[in-house]
Amino acid sequence: MKLLLKAGRVIDPSQNIDALMDIAIQDAKIVQIGPNLSEGQTNGRKGPSSKTKTIDLTGRVVVPGLIDMHTHLREPGFEYKETIETGSLAAAAGGFTSIACMPNTQPVNDNRSITEFIKRKAALAGRVHVYPIAAITIESAGRSLTDFRDLQDAGAIGFSDDGKSVLNSALMRRALEYASSIDMPVICHCEDPQLSAGGSMNEGFVSTELGLAPIPAMAEDVMTARDIIIAEYTRTAVHIAHVSTAGSVEFIRSAKKRGVKVTAETAPHYFTLTDDSLRDFNTFYKVNPPLRTKEDLEAVKEGLRDGTVDVIASDHAPHAVTDKDVEFEFAASGMIGLETSLALSLKLVDDGILTLPQLIQKMSFNPAKILKIPKGTLQVGVDADVTVIDREKIWTVDCHQFRSRSRNSPFHGRRMKGKAVMTIMGGEITYDESQNNA
Amino acid sequence: MKLTQKDLLGIKDLSVEEINLILDTAESFIEVSTREIKKVPTLRGKTVINLFLEASTRTRTSFEIAGKRLSADTINISSSTSSIVKGETLIDTAKNLEAMNPDIIVIRHSAAGAPHILAKTVKQSVINAGDGAHEHPTQALLDLMTIRSKKGQIAGLQVAICGDIAHSRVARSNIYALTKMGASVTVAGPATMMPRYIEQMGVKACCKLEDAIVDADIIMMLRIQLERQTEHIFPSLREYSTYFGLNRKNITLAKDDVLIMHPGPVNRGIELAPDIADAPFSIILDQVTNGVAVRMALLYLLTGGN
Repeated sequence: MKLLLKAGRVIDPSQNIDALMDIAIQDAKIVQIGPNLSEGQTNGRKGPSSKTKTIDLTGRVVVPGLIDMHTHLREPGFEYKETIETGSLAAAAGGFTSIACMPNTQPVNDNRSITEFIKRKAALAGRVHVYPIAAITIESAGRSLTDFRDLQDAGAIGFSDDGKSVLNSALMRRALEYASSIDMPVICHCEDPQLSAGGSMNEGFVSTELGLAPIPAMAEDVMTARDIIIAEYTRTAVHIAHVSTAGSVEFIRSAKKRGVKVTAETAPHYFTLTDDSLRDFNTFYKVNPPLRTKEDLEAVKEGLRDGTVDVIASDHAPHAVTDKDVEFEFAASGMIGLETSLALSLKLVDDGILTLPQLIQKMSFNPAKILKIPKGTLQVGVDADVTVIDREKIWTVDCHQFRSRSRNSPFHGRRMKGKAVMTIMGGEITYDESQNNA
Repeated sequence: MKLTQKDLLGIKDLSVEEINLILDTAESFIEVSTREIKKVPTLRGKTVINLFLEASTRTRTSFEIAGKRLSADTINISSSTSSIVKGETLIDTAKNLEAMNPDIIVIRHSAAGAPHILAKTVKQSVINAGDGAHEHPTQALLDLMTIRSKKGQIAGLQVAICGDIAHSRVARSNIYALTKMGASVTVAGPATMMPRYIEQMGVKACCKLEDAIVDADIIMMLRIQLERQTEHIFPSLREYSTYFGLNRKNITLAKDDVLIMHPGPVNRGIELAPDIADAPFSIILDQVTNGVAVRMALLYLLTGGN
């Protein structure tokens, strides 16, 4: 099977490409990239069975397959919220060819068998490359390290106790040191649980009015600062997950200036929504870290603009109706994002915060670099993971059309501009908007 | 004039005209409770469900009496008798109650926003009888009514609200109510009990009781929740009562005709010295009396009365 992607605007930050080009794909690899390729040119190899499918992508943007480095697939343990299969379908529909999934399943992904299980189920679904992130500590309980090398051998690509911080600072130090010695990233959910105890929204004027127990921005900031301090001291790399506060952005910015090997991600809701959305107690807006203030939102945008924040990741967190249709303080935290992340992020381009190549870098090349996976590029020879974007497509979010098993998106009903219209993973079309006249 | 909204969820959403309508209507109902036969047929054939999922004596009894004096059928559900203890969700409970076709559901709940969930779920009117630390609108309305009847008007009065502001729905509803009606509000409490940005609600905040009660026309003392000590919001009861308790000595800082209010239940000897609670300028029991009238007014107005 050969594919020839014709006449799209190809953007590949890894090669500084932003031009009208064609891409030839054969045997699941990119074999050629350049202007005006013809069907016969695909690498000169012409087998008898080789039939080339040409796709005209005039007016489309063609980018390295998007990568979401922060998702929750819920399997094993919470299959009623999401499965690896439904999450994979959602990822492909959202334009993603690779996703990393967090270990807070039941049981926690803290051992080889769970990691292998996830890889096996993902291969079976076959819609997206799934990269398991294993727990830093056994059961993510913060007491003792998991078998990092064994998990690495089993296919884990990083470590995180996502959902909580490793509170024991000495243990966190050892985790960063040990992970760096095997060249594996550590991803930190930054939250001081005493400062956030009992809280269900950001501490600010809105929480003052609503009387909901507040989570101060500093609950995130003190842990961001601590993890940076540990990384700086041990000269190791650390990745800060879902940055939501102005304070954390500033800690990361100044650390980067000092040369600390810190990277950071934020999620679309932190540059799209504020705590003002909570006023009617709609639990779909409950997320952790919580939606912050306008000032935080602006700081996150500025962090994206000036490069402090390297990555946009969805923090796709599926929850069933039963988890959400309860009193606000009892509701589960999290929102799904795989199928809305790209459109919300494209708004940053429309608003002049990022150029389109910068955005693509934050959604493909940068996460690949942090996770140390051979993705996020259209270089000849790599797996043919490609996302095709229609920048102008106007569409309305309809949670009933989601591939995800869950519906907990506060963006239901929102008009969006821009959408992934074709997703190609390893040369196979995993999503095609034209086959899906929803 | 009528109340146009389906529900009463908070004071924040009420206009001054609506507040005045409720207070005027309540005053007209005062007389019913003084009759020998304390009952009028106004709400005959109407059903009021009191869904009290958090402990309450005053408010629940007050709503029940209000409904009965208007001849409504009142049903009380408390958390120990509700299906909540069997694991039923609030929304399922609401749908089941709705299916029995009551006219009004009154809800008290420990979670902020619970009445809002209920109001979105059921077609009947919902009255918030206190939701977490969010709002307690009927308390604020009965407080306004009490102040208005004692002082003649609300506009221009200096009101001090003292205690655990952060955890108090009474404080929030009264801040909305009093500032809407033109009073100046000062809140006082240790910084640990003061929510951030409270001054954006249009009040002055201070950390010393004395500063708040100077020249006050009204002092509203809040109940200190003893279980909050585990959250380190006050060091000890002894310290709290010494520095944030209202007593014979510090009350002299207020205006000579100051009135003392408290939403109850009172911790005697902690936020209020016993002789202050029982003093002639204490209008705590007037608040309770007016509570029945305010709730009668709301039941009446929300079932379409005019």
